[in-house]
Order: sequence, then C-alpha cells, then structure tokens
Amino acid sequence: MTTDKSLRGRYVIAGIGATAFGKLGRDTLSLHVEACAKALADAGIGKDLVDAVFVKTPTSSKEFMYGQRVAEALGLAPRWGGAWDQGGAANITLIAFAIMAIEHGQCDVALVSYADNPRSGSRGFYERARGNDSAYGWFAAMGGYGMIQRRHMIEHGTPLEAFGAVAMAARRHGAQNPHAQLQKPLSWDEYRASPLLVDPIHRDDACLLSDGAGAVVVMSAQRARQLRVPAAVPILGFGAGQTTCDLTLRETLTSTEAVRSGRTAFEMAGVTVNEVDVAQLYDCFTITVLMTLEDYGFCAKGRVAEYVADGALEIGGRLPINTSGGLLSETGMPGMQLIHEGVRQIRGTAAVQVPSADVCVVSNQGGVMHTHATLIVGSD
Amino acid sequence: MATKSPGLELDTINEAYWAALAEGRLTLQRCECGQRFMPPRAACPACLGARWNWETAQGGGRLKSWVVYHVAFHEAFRDRVPYNVALVELDEGPRMITNIVADNAQLTAEARVRFVASREGDRTLARFELVG
Repeated sequence: MTTDKSLRGRYVIAGIGATAFGKLGRDTLSLHVEACAKALADAGIGKDLVDAVFVKTPTSSKEFMYGQRVAEALGLAPRWGGAWDQGGAANITLIAFAIMAIEHGQCDVALVSYADNPRSGSRGFYERARGNDSAYGWFAAMGGYGMIQRRHMIEHGTPLEAFGAVAMAARRHGAQNPHAQLQKPLSWDEYRASPLLVDPIHRDDACLLSDGAGAVVVMSAQRARQLRVPAAVPILGFGAGQTTCDLTLRETLTSTEAVRSGRTAFEMAGVTVNEVDVAQLYDCFTITVLMTLEDYGFCAKGRVAEYVADGALEIGGRLPINTSGGLLSETGMPGMQLIHEGVRQIRGTAAVQVPSADVCVVSNQGGVMHTHATLIVGSD
Repeated sequence: MATKSPGLELDTINEAYWAALAEGRLTLQRCECGQRFMPPRAACPACLGARWNWETAQGGGRLKSWVVYHVAFHEAFRDRVPYNVALVELDEGPRMITNIVADNAQLTAEARVRFVASREGDRTLARFELVG
C-alpha cells in the first residue's frame, strides 16, 4: 500500500483557539464554544461557513449524541460531525477525517474541537480498574505506562536520566509559557527526588490533569486563500495506527504504533526526521516521548538515552520538543495543545520560538499506547 | 474486615475460567486452529471461530515486566502498598496480568515463575511464585 502524497500542503489549519487551562469548574459545552469562537476569530471567518464539527468524547462524562450537542451549542447544523472515542489520538485523527471529507466534496470548512473537565469533574477515567485484572490491583493508565517503561529499561538499559531529560525540557519550556498550568522549571535533583507513584514512574514523569478546551479550523489551502485567512499553516502529512487494548496481547511492549503512523505521515510529507526543526510529542508520561522518538526514527531503538542527553530536547538543542510545555507543563489536555503549538512554531509566534522553524511533527497518542496519530505541519 | 476489592464481572465465557481457578487449575482457551488465548473470550481472535476448548496450563512462565504501586487507586489496596503487579508470559505463550508472591526487591527480568492458586475472600486468583 502506498500513501497518497497528493494531499501534501493542500490543506491548512486556518485558525486555533483555546480556553484557559487548569481547574475551571465549567461544563464542556461552554468550553467548546469558547475555543471554537476563538479559533474562528483567529482564522478571520464567521461560523456560518462551518459545515463539519468533529469532537473528541470527553472522559469526565459520557453523553449520548455528544457531537451533535456541541454543534447545537455552536448554533450550527453541520453536514458531517460527531464524537470520536480514540483517547488522545483523536484530535489529529479528526483533522485527518476532516481533510478526507473536504477532499471529496462532502464538506468545506471543519471545526475540530476538544473540551474536557476531568480536573473539576471526574478523574475516574484515568484511574479506572482494568477489567477483572483489577483483582490483582491493576488500576490506572499509570500502571500500564509503568509496565511499558520497565520493559524498556529491561531491554535497553534506559537510565533515569533519559526520562528526566523529557520532563526537564517540557518544564523549562512551560515555565516560559504565560498560559501554562504549571510554570515551574524542574531541576535534575528535583526530578530524581520526586516520589515514585507506580514504580518505575515518578510523579514528575506524569502529566497534569486539566480542564480546558482547544479547537482548530480546517479547510483547503485554496479556500484559505479565497477567504484571505491571515496565517494558515499547511498540513504536510498525517498518519495513524492502532494496537490492542490489553498490554498482554501485544507482541512487544517497547515499540508502538508510532512506527506505522509516523512512516505514513513522513512519506506523505516527503520529509525525513533530519528535516524536522521542532517536535510536539505526546507526553502523558515521559516514556511515551522516548519511544516516539525511537519509533519515528530520530534514533535507533534502544539508543534514545544518548539522543536526549545534554539538553538535546530543550530550546537551542538538537530537537526542541514540547515548546509550550506539553502535557507535563502546559495542560494535561490530550493533544490539542500540541497541535496549537505546532501551528505557532510554523507561524513564528511561539513564546519559546525555534528560529525559522519550517517543519514541525506533532504526535497524538491514546489509551496506554493503544492509538497513535501523527501530523506534520510546515511552511510549504 | 478489609474492604472487598472490585467485583469480578462474570459472563458465560469467563465463569469457567474462574471456576477452574477455584479448583486450583489455571486454564486457557485453545482453538482448533492452534491459537491459544487469554483472557477468556467467545471467539478465537485468530480464526474468529468458536472451536476452542479449555486447556490446563502447565503453570510455568517468565516475568516480562512489573510495576510496584506506591499509591492505591482503590480503597481495597490501601493497606497493601507497596504491592507489585506483574506481566507473566506462560510457557504455552499467552501472557497475563498477575502478582508475584515475593518481596518486590527480588523481582528480576525474565525470572522463572510458577503458578499458585491464591485464595482471597470469595475468589481464587492466579498468582505466581519465583522458582529457585
């Protein structure tokens, strides 16, 4: 199977918008409306042009016909829309669905929006019992990531320093982001001393829990020119991949769907990892970033500790990542903030800006590495 | 009395697995297509048929990975921290989530382990001991 490269650069993120992040105590519909209104304003278009509304299902409460409720709150009657349950890979996946639907004339302008309130609502989703295996004490996403992290340490001798490098980079960048929920840099000594929650995972390996919303406007590049969208950012490539829910059913714990997803996206974009200037990598836990770097091919499997050493992931380093703070520092929002920061880097408007960033890769990932999606944005 | 851990969700397929455990046997499903699988499910994930039978595992396996919970996500485990949860690969192939009945500091990668039926309240769990 070959990837259709004809979509490269023909679609854009026309606008981005977000609410504040943290403990907001607001319902998700009002959060969606605020983020979408800001994204439309950023794109410089009115909502009447929107004929598709794609949203991720919130974790804090499941509602029937949720996607339609969001559209209703936006005062829209879209042609295409709905709520998609794919964990943190949903946002990029929905952008890809929007592009494929627009490409075939099924709609014209799409809003892709995420809103959730697990911080002020229920965090139960992230701490849930894992089926009958909970009889053994098997709970929470953190348990699954810890199992994967341990196996990576077993197979590759991955040292604590590598995990710390990810956390310190995100926290350094987030500390310079005035909108970040956690604006506190992290030293190596602080990282090392942070308590073990589910060994081998330390507190500072784990992302924040946040309320908030983020939205993007997706349309064709041609439509963006017609509408005189001021700062449309081209989408160069995308891809996705999925594996089993149960960790026990996977052939390996130390390679992820980032392999298939990344290969597809890079092939579509016609770029290699060497041409990537900045990366926004899903950092629900630090192990996720390390394995994504390996699986995208930034370094060989098992060599990531060398790759991330000496501040390589920090601004000024070999590959700055999560320049607005990621899930570890900006907001625990599952992935939309990474897309936003990719857009800002290409526009040249980020708070922690990589000079002349031309190519940014964004990863989204859901569940316990069940799902993965990749987006490459860049100046065309 | 300790708070009961989360209830098992029994169905027409997995009730035989838990009943066998109560008799001290660890079982898995073996399909006529050759696939062995856990946890219990109605259709073979390889051939999608239902031509499977229960097979008693020999009980040997290897420790592939583990975590140690220092925080409890359920009140039933509050008094047990720090406790381990392990991923064991049975010699027959399938892998399962379990506990290793050992001091957490004794756990090592690829350690040989052996099944022990472990009675706990109204149920029997499939735990493992380190061999040697």
